[in-house]
Parts: sequence; structure tokens; C-alpha cells
Amino acid sequence: MSQTETPDTGTPVIELDDLQVRLGGRPVLRGLSASLGGRCLGLLGPNGAGKTTLLHTLLGFHKPASGGARIFGRDVSKELDEVRSLVGYMPENDSFVANMSAVHLVRMLGELSGLPASESLERAHEALFYVGLGEARYRDIGTYSQGMKQLVKLAQALVHGPRLLLLDEPTNALDPPARERMLRHVTEIRDSGEAHIVLSSHLLRDVERCCDEVLVLKDGKVAAYRNLEAERRANRKFLELELRGEMDGFLSAMRSLGADCALAPRRGRRRVKMVLPEGLEVRTIYHEAAERQVQIRRLSYKRDSLEEIFLAAMEGAEEETAAITGTDSLTTPSGGAH
Amino acid sequence: MTLRDRAFRRYRGRVTPRRWRFLVLWRYSRREVFASRMVTALYALSFAPILVAATVIYLRHNLPALEAMEISAADLIAVNGTTAYYMLITQCCFAFLITALVGPGLVSPDLANSGLPLYLCRPFSRLEYVLGKLSVLLILTSTMTWVPLCALGLLQAGLEPGWLAAHGNVVPALFAGSWIAILCLGLLALALSAWVRWRILAAAMIVATLLVADGLSEFVNNMFHTRWGDLLSPGDMVFSLWTRMLIEGGGSATALPALAAWLGLAGFAALCLLILHLKLRAYEVVR
Repeated sequence: MSQTETPDTGTPVIELDDLQVRLGGRPVLRGLSASLGGRCLGLLGPNGAGKTTLLHTLLGFHKPASGGARIFGRDVSKELDEVRSLVGYMPENDSFVANMSAVHLVRMLGELSGLPASESLERAHEALFYVGLGEARYRDIGTYSQGMKQLVKLAQALVHGPRLLLLDEPTNALDPPARERMLRHVTEIRDSGEAHIVLSSHLLRDVERCCDEVLVLKDGKVAAYRNLEAERRANRKFLELELRGEMDGFLSAMRSLGADCALAPRRGRRRVKMVLPEGLEVRTIYHEAAERQVQIRRLSYKRDSLEEIFLAAMEGAEEETAAITGTDSLTTPSGGAH
Repeated sequence: MTLRDRAFRRYRGRVTPRRWRFLVLWRYSRREVFASRMVTALYALSFAPILVAATVIYLRHNLPALEAMEISAADLIAVNGTTAYYMLITQCCFAFLITALVGPGLVSPDLANSGLPLYLCRPFSRLEYVLGKLSVLLILTSTMTWVPLCALGLLQAGLEPGWLAAHGNVVPALFAGSWIAILCLGLLALALSAWVRWRILAAAMIVATLLVADGLSEFVNNMFHTRWGDLLSPGDMVFSLWTRMLIEGGGSATALPALAAWLGLAGFAALCLLILHLKLRAYEVVR
């Protein structure tokens, strides 16, 4: 018997199909639908949005009230063992077994994942060394600092060499150097191409740095889904303009040239967000504006930051933002991302 | 990962069979169990009655040695069901103490430190977790109870060829009686540890539960002039079954019916399993 292999190409990493989860009689996830296939997915949302519940459901800790979820095409309700053997999980809270050294714990957990004892020992040492717990790996975990415990949690998630890593708030309680190291590990694993990562966090900077896709949850629904990598790669110009004069004709002209335009009124000013298609130069804007006697009072290059995406999603202004950025992703107000 | 490359790599090698994976927990707990001097001392002490009994059995069949010591074989304890009954009680008392010392240390620390998600996020179920932890207690207490007791029975049978035919029930009864006791003790220890999550309190509760249940059953029996109160005490039910299995005429009219004792113990085990089912979860849902 050996670890089951399925080619990465084609199969989405995570598929959510109208997933609903109720905890203690209260709906926590309300009909999530998404097909996620990125190398590193950021799971964002305010406290109580359902991020951790979603991870727990993917691990089979909570049963869906309706709908379902699949990881690499395997149903988390029906093929739980297979799913779990493909996944490495780093929990959010303090989570360890007392009276054990780190190497002892990680080795044991490797064996519980199905690794033979000798292989598990070797990989436990490697994983702990990899995360930066050199000689400290022989010490009792009870004596570890918070940052070291986070590293042990990461090591145990890596020991069995999973295809998908679920990291729940991995930078919690870490000082800046430890946080930096943790994020470096995440990006290294992402770049290795050996595993997909789901990074649940409320820290936008962490997600922006590591993730190529982001799923924003709010009140148990999908509030936004963005392919950040596609946006980064898109050879398009994102502009924000402050205008004076009759704008309708100007905007129609720009749209006819292939630009995506949307009004973005802010503090009573007439602002427009615009995405220029490839080949359309900025001077064309000035030319069109001059022809229609529209004054451009300010023009700045602008791309929606993750913070803006997040805030827009929180404010329910998702549709407008989607029109402005013109990304390939489709977001539905009812909470579905495909 | 490789030490050389310091890079993550996926595991693509052989995977161990799932069936016996729960025994991994036994292997990792073994060292910790014997790290306690008290447990080690008690475990060693538990073999003293076995050694004494083995010596007696040997002497009963070694006339030159008896003559040298000027002892008659009749002066030595007879090896029969009653002797086996008292040996069983002795060994199970040791098993009880070991369970009370070791049992709470198996589950409580995992729950107190939220360690369960680390186990259960793997292809390792809650049932396997319970089996793994229970196996630590069962293997340990087996080596103190039915293994040496059955060995004594077989030693006696080997030295006295007709003994097994005359006392054919003793060895199976020692085996079954031991298993009844160590299973009940193991389940009780795990259930209480999962419930209170505090090692010392769990150990105290294991002792208290059996004592309180025993007292309560006596109270009910005396109050209502009945034996049905024994159903409140797992200890009394186990003793009732042992008596029937090993002592001739043990199933007297005043004793608890065997079926009732079996059903009572099944209910007790079901209660322990229910507690484990409710308490051993990766995450508790706060209502």
C-alpha cells in the first residue's frame, strides 16, 4: 500500500457544494459553493465568519447539515480516511500532547498517518529541523515558548508529506521574526509545488503575501473570491480618476475602447475607477476627456489591495468591485464562487 | 523534507496497514507508564503472589523438597477453584491500583492540552484512539492477571495430570474473569479521565466511584433486603460472576442472577462508552 496519487491538473483542490453546517442548532456555514484550485488559498473573514468551521468540516470534525465538500475529488463525508491521509492540519489553538518531546510527538503522529516507524522517525527529524527546531526538538513540548509550539504544530502537519496543508491562523501569537519565519515556510512550501495550502487568517498582510487566491467569508457565506495571482499577472492598467464635467459621454467613449469603468464616489467627489485593456495608452484618456471637455483633476495608478477587497466584501459592495477589477472570477451575492 | 535540501517534499512511500495502527499508541505510552517509580514498584510487587503460588504448586508436587522442609503436602493450600478465586481477587486488586495510577495519564493530558485534533485530523478514528489507549491498560493489566494466573493453572495441570479434568473450569474462568475485570476497569478509567480532564482528580474518582458504588449497593441491599442493589456496583457484579465461575455452589439463591450481572456490566460498559463518545471529540461545540 502506498499514498494514493492523483494528478493535480484538472481536479480542483477543494470543491464546496452548497455546504451548510449547523453547530449547536445555529447555522454557521450557509450554503457555501466554490471550486478552488490555487496553489495557496487565503481564507479571510472577521471573527465568527466560519473560517475555522470550514476547515473542521473539511477534516470531518463537523458533519454538513446539507450539501457537501470534496478535496481532490474525494467526498469528505464518504471518503474521510482518504481525505485525511492527503491533508496536514495545523490547528489554531494550543494543541499538543504533554510529557513528550517534539520529535517523539511528531514521530508518533507520523506513524498514525501511516508512515512506517523508521520512515516516520526520519521525517520527524527532518520536519522539525526544517521548521527551525534544531536541538530543541529533543525537549519536552511543555517547556516550549508559544512560537516554538507553533513550529511543532507546523512540523506535525508536514511530517506525513500531505498534498494539502490546512493552516489555521499560523502566525497567531508569534513575534515579528517568528512570524516572518512562518510565512517564509508557507511561501517555500507553496513554491515547491509539492503541496497546496489553505491559509486561514484575519491578517490581510499574511494572506496577501502568501496566497494566490482568496476566499472571503462573512456570516458563513462567501462574500468574495479573488484570484490574486491572475490580477497580479494581468497586463492591465488600473487607474483611479477624479473628474469634473459631464462624464457620461466620456465613460461611454472609454467603454467603447474596451476599458472597464465604474463610478467610485468618495466624499462627494466624482471618482472613476478604470481598467485599461492591453494596448490602450493613458494619453488616450486625456484625448477623449479633452474632446468632451471633461477635466481630469487627478489620475493615479491604482489596484484594489486585499484590504479594499476585504472591506468591500464586508460592506456588501462586491458586485461593484467585481465590475471595476474585471477579474475572471465570478462572485454571486448569494454566496457562491466558481 | 530532506535535511540536505531543507525543502518540503511529499511522502510517496509505503503506508502501514490500518488494522493495527492503534497499537502505535501502546508503543508510545509504554515508556511513559514505567517512568513512574510507583507504577514500576507496584507492577513488580504484583508478581509476588504469583511467585508464592508457583512455589506452593511446585512444592506440592516435589516430595523430596517437602520432606527436607518437614512439611506435609496436606499442610499446603489446595489448588482448586476457591484458591483461584482468591488469586484472581488479589491480582485484580493490583490491576485496579495500576489502572487508577496509569489510566488518567493516558487521556486527560490529551484533552487538557487540546491534543485530540492532532490525532483525529489523520486517518485515525475516535474508536481507534479509544482502542489504542485501552490497549495500554489491557496489555499492562493482562500481564498481571490472566497471563500469570492461566500460567499457574497450566503449571498445576502439567504437574498433576488429572487436575485439569477435575477442575476444567478454572483456567477458562481465570481468563474470562480477568478480562471482565480489566475491561471494566479500563473503560472506567478512560471515561472518567475524559470526563474530568484532570489527572489527579480522575485517579481519585476511579477509586471513589467504585467505593461509592459499593457503599450505595450495600445500602440499597440492606434497606430493601434484596440483592438487586448489587446492580449499582460494578465491583459486586464482577464478584458475583467470579463466584459463579470459580466457586462450587457460588450461584446461591440469594446471589444476583448471572444474567442480571452480565446485563448490569454491559450497561456499565455502555455508559463508559457513551461518556467517551460525548467527550472524545476533536472540538467541543459550545451550545
